[in-house]
Amino acid sequence: MEKVLTRNIGLEQEPTNLKAYEANGGYQGLRKAMAQMSPKDCQDVISASNLRGRGGAGFPTGMKWSFVPAAEKSTPGHRYLVCNADEMEPGTFKDRLLMECDPHQLIEGMILAAYTIGADISYIFIRGEYIVAIQRLRDALAECYGAGLLGENILGSGYSLHMHVHPSAGRYICGEETALINALEGKRANPRAKPPFPQVSGLWGRPTIVNNVETLCNIPHIIDRGADWFKTLGLGEDAGTKLFGVSGKVNNPGCWELPMGTPIREIIEQHAGGMQDGYQLKGFLPGGGSTDFLTAEHLDLAMDYNVIGAAGSRMGTGTMIILDDRTCPVGMVLNLIRFFAHESCGFCTPCRDGLPWSRQVLQDIEEGRGQPEDLETLAYQVRYIGAIGNTHCALAPGAMEPLQSALKYFYNDFKQHISAGRCPYH
Amino acid sequence: MSKSQMIQTDRGSVLTAQEIAEIDAELGHVPYKSGAAIDALKIVQAKRGWVSDECLQAIARHLEMSAEELEGVATFYNLIYRRPVGEKVILFCDSVSCWICGCDDIKQKISAALGVDYGETTADNQYTLLPVPCLGACDRAPVMMVGDDLVTHLDEAKVKALFGDVKVEAGGDQ
Repeated sequence: MEKVLTRNIGLEQEPTNLKAYEANGGYQGLRKAMAQMSPKDCQDVISASNLRGRGGAGFPTGMKWSFVPAAEKSTPGHRYLVCNADEMEPGTFKDRLLMECDPHQLIEGMILAAYTIGADISYIFIRGEYIVAIQRLRDALAECYGAGLLGENILGSGYSLHMHVHPSAGRYICGEETALINALEGKRANPRAKPPFPQVSGLWGRPTIVNNVETLCNIPHIIDRGADWFKTLGLGEDAGTKLFGVSGKVNNPGCWELPMGTPIREIIEQHAGGMQDGYQLKGFLPGGGSTDFLTAEHLDLAMDYNVIGAAGSRMGTGTMIILDDRTCPVGMVLNLIRFFAHESCGFCTPCRDGLPWSRQVLQDIEEGRGQPEDLETLAYQVRYIGAIGNTHCALAPGAMEPLQSALKYFYNDFKQHISAGRCPYH
Repeated sequence: MSKSQMIQTDRGSVLTAQEIAEIDAELGHVPYKSGAAIDALKIVQAKRGWVSDECLQAIARHLEMSAEELEGVATFYNLIYRRPVGEKVILFCDSVSCWICGCDDIKQKISAALGVDYGETTADNQYTLLPVPCLGACDRAPVMMVGDDLVTHLDEAKVKALFGDVKVEAGGDQ
């Protein structure tokens, strides 16, 4: 398979600087767009490419951009492009790789995205712990300003854009785009009620697009080589390639660029080297901590958004977490719910009060104090906390996904904990 | 109770000229002053290690916002420290992939070696131990950050190399 997003990334390769990036075809997409494409042309190519957001939700990128009001119909003022580099979904480790090893690819994607939506200011909102990525992005930005790729009149096109790296002060909720916008405005990162959507009223009340790192890294290649080329990369209905990852008790945990639609079995057994000796696969979260469990019966499914959706889960970030047969599923869900309860921003009651309640019930079961009626309580919590619309954002519904599917696939484990009065895995 | 000591607080409690200059540079990016609240907190914390009440009040005055509002911002974010921390903060990942790979056991070993639990600072003021959401290095789990450095593939030997001998403790499992 042709490597696209990771073509400059290899074990023995140095992270790219401007010279190395350009020597391998970098900034060709930007030069092409600045010389011969209007923002409308770029928008049309991205819409036609069927690129879907790589941050977890899978929303079509072209459609998201199209909701930004046309400049002539909008009040004068700034427009913003924000890169969501706040990678914090449990079990997700793909954006770190893209930013640490090939920062210019992200910057080129951001310039093109900003050009398309008419933004004049852009931010890379990156988690503060990504020290290496922050430094490499800052170095790369300085190179771009020096080479006329950022700032006023980019490559003589008349288009101007400024870009800043904004290291965050923490909290998982900042990955939610409206919470991220509040954090950029210097406030507590409570998600906002929608509508209005950020495309219309985002940062400082101005039109704003927030895209994930991996999404933006696709843009230069699509602009350079076209929508039809991009669509041929996928094996199934989804276009392009994807960074897939596997963590847990496998022989070769890691992150690989593979065609969209690659079968799960190939990812786990070939690329991740299969399960370690003495461990069997019991289940897995296909795309981060807030996706529903799938099990061995789903191994032959393709990693496509709708295929995984039809199986009752979500492709999410595409980085799988493996549950092995020697790890307690109740303990694993408890770890996840504890995380989500801790990371709730505290604004909406079902999330602020419901998640700690779930954590308490799960902890009781795991520590041998569970009662038979606890299972009904958990099912009730799934219905109430998991319902879309009871909360501003998707944190609480996302938290319920591993719990509801654990109750479905590992119900006997829960029952054994309660009947035995202890965790059978310890 | 924390074993932390009070480290030298900022006598005088007034922001330095350099801090004010750095905060004012951030003001150029925001339409109103309170928009730079998080940046200002981070600027002050960068040199001092944490944000004292006096500093918080001084920042709030400088940004023309109430100290209460700034306190609400400061206490929301887990990388803003409102209490003194050690020379290096250990951000220990206890999220799901690290948990599967045995981070609970590693955490016990670190706590035993340093004599601190989450939220506490070592008696020699070298380290403060805190949990952190998934550090995005799950293929190298278990992981943690020590200061600015990511430490991967944690095991007993690495803990010992970093923090010295692990005191023998009862009840270690797995």
